[in-house]
Amino acid sequence: MSLDPTIRDEILAAVPSLRAFAISLSGNVDRADDLVQETLLRALANIHSFQPGTNMPAWLFTILRNLFRSEYRKRRREVEDADGSYAETLKTHPEQTSHVEFKEFSAALSKLPDDQREALILIGASGFSYEEAAEICGCAVGTIKSRVNRARTRLANLLNIENANDFGPDRATRAVLTGDDVA
Amino acid sequence: MKDRKDPEIADEAEPMETRPSTMKKGKGQAALGRDIQAKIGQQLRSYYDALIEPTPTRFAELLEQLDKQGGKGSSE
Repeated sequence: MSLDPTIRDEILAAVPSLRAFAISLSGNVDRADDLVQETLLRALANIHSFQPGTNMPAWLFTILRNLFRSEYRKRRREVEDADGSYAETLKTHPEQTSHVEFKEFSAALSKLPDDQREALILIGASGFSYEEAAEICGCAVGTIKSRVNRARTRLANLLNIENANDFGPDRATRAVLTGDDVA
Repeated sequence: MKDRKDPEIADEAEPMETRPSTMKKGKGQAALGRDIQAKIGQQLRSYYDALIEPTPTRFAELLEQLDKQGGKGSSE
């Protein structure tokens, strides 16, 4: 049997986000690539159980997340990843993201418990609804909501984000840029 | 009884790097200001975008290859 081109395109379209999710979960690009590959193998092997017209990304994310939970979670995140060093293995970063900010953020993210991290990524980055995220994680919508809230609170702490002044350059930096005295 | 005490969430108990702040911890549900949420949301999306950017082409090739094989028994 040959793969329906529409289905194939839907799978392919989901891969970049699926891989980003895998990197976020595992904290390791190579491991993430293995996870994505295994997910695609399973998806194709079980494609008959996918109902055309339903949510392909959610289906793939569910497979990947279950794989990660069963095979990788017990290994825990490796210590070396705790400082976000895996970011170094990424070759390029978009111009708009400063490298420092990226590293800081991924380091903070790596300190979250797995369930909070995945909930936050699914909702805040992958673009799933709370209902979809609950289905992917196999839990109640309310559980996803509280995990996301906890994740945000903890990130705010880790990143020392306390108020809107953290937008853009801080006062001292601005003072340097503009030549003003720091009040 | 809510499932708040889900053992998976037990990591909560580990010490957090807090600093003096108006944010309450403990309840774990302290409402964050909109500004803070927006800032985190923006950083999260930048982070994710940076991960998406260099997606290798090998997955498209893999899919094509599997498709040619008929997608049979590839997974154990």
